[in-house]
Amino acid sequence: MASLKELKGRINSVKSTQKITKAKQMVAAAKLRKAQAAAEDARPYATRLAQVMASLASKITVSENSPKLLAGTGSDKVHLLVVANSDKGLCGAFNANIVKAARVKAQELEAQGKTVLFYLVGRKGRPVIRREYPDQIAHMFDTSDVRYPGFNEAERVADELVAMYEAGKFDVAHLFYAKFRSALVQEPTDQQIIPVPAPKAVAVTSDAVTEYEPDEEEILAALLPRYLKTQLFGALLENAASEQGASMTAMDNATRNAGDLIKKLTIVYNRTRQAAITTELVEIIAGAEAL
Amino acid sequence: MPLHFELVTPAKLVRSEEVHMVVVPGTEGEFGVLAGHAPFMSTIADGALKVYKTENGAPEEIRITGGFAEVGDAGLTVLAEHVEG
Repeated sequence: MASLKELKGRINSVKSTQKITKAKQMVAAAKLRKAQAAAEDARPYATRLAQVMASLASKITVSENSPKLLAGTGSDKVHLLVVANSDKGLCGAFNANIVKAARVKAQELEAQGKTVLFYLVGRKGRPVIRREYPDQIAHMFDTSDVRYPGFNEAERVADELVAMYEAGKFDVAHLFYAKFRSALVQEPTDQQIIPVPAPKAVAVTSDAVTEYEPDEEEILAALLPRYLKTQLFGALLENAASEQGASMTAMDNATRNAGDLIKKLTIVYNRTRQAAITTELVEIIAGAEAL
Repeated sequence: MPLHFELVTPAKLVRSEEVHMVVVPGTEGEFGVLAGHAPFMSTIADGALKVYKTENGAPEEIRITGGFAEVGDAGLTVLAEHVEG
């Protein structure tokens, strides 16, 4: 049985841990609201661009002369897995889930005899993937110098990806991130980003003939990299919201666990204290009777 | 008749308003869009959009980069990667 002093120390240390987790939970709740608002604000651009892409894609046929970003390189030997993680911990299994999804995909691809490369965004995925695939990391993109990954980061990642693609370093790129469903549920998602999957054609709302300047193919070629950027940006925003959601849930659990632990420890503490008092009394009474 | 003009960046909807005319620096030359313009799509060179709120007023300039313009039934929509000011 631990001494009273030791128990008191433990109770105090659990109490201060609880203070930290509680604070982090509240911070995450506030940041989650912000991240959701940012995701909301990004929607008009993404939907409009997707509409334009869809209407353009329905007008041209994919052939060998199409832009490489749409038509592909003609082979699928080398796969690049772009894994988006967060820079900070204290968010439960959030990063582990994304990395796990990427690892499953990597094993599946390697079983088919493909080469797998990694492109890591954010700090937290690095150690795990570096341990398992030390020679297959193409690049580690650092987002720790900015507070919230924004469009500028998405743009830089997209530019690097396009440059690598054009240099023939990979044939197919997949993006891994956590889709935000709710504060409780974040879904690790695998999405092919290069070659750009043709957006689903939507019903044309107006039957007036649209004029293009320059022609459809050139506009499409100009828009493809932008579409890629928008998708990366969307993924980064979803990831940011998911991270805060996961963090909120994890910290809520931690706070509750700390509360339970404090209750248990307090009971043990009180019992020990009473036992000590009883022993003392028994000693005194026994002493008095002996006289 | 006013023209509905929307300027959208990846981060947010910058403006959505009724204006008289917008002059857009297209990659193949500037073009002005008034209400009732035929459906039209064009990429935009990096430069300034000139927004005329009224017919004779001075234009307001908005510098954009990485732009794309779409004219449809709903008016003019400009998608831009970056907007200054």
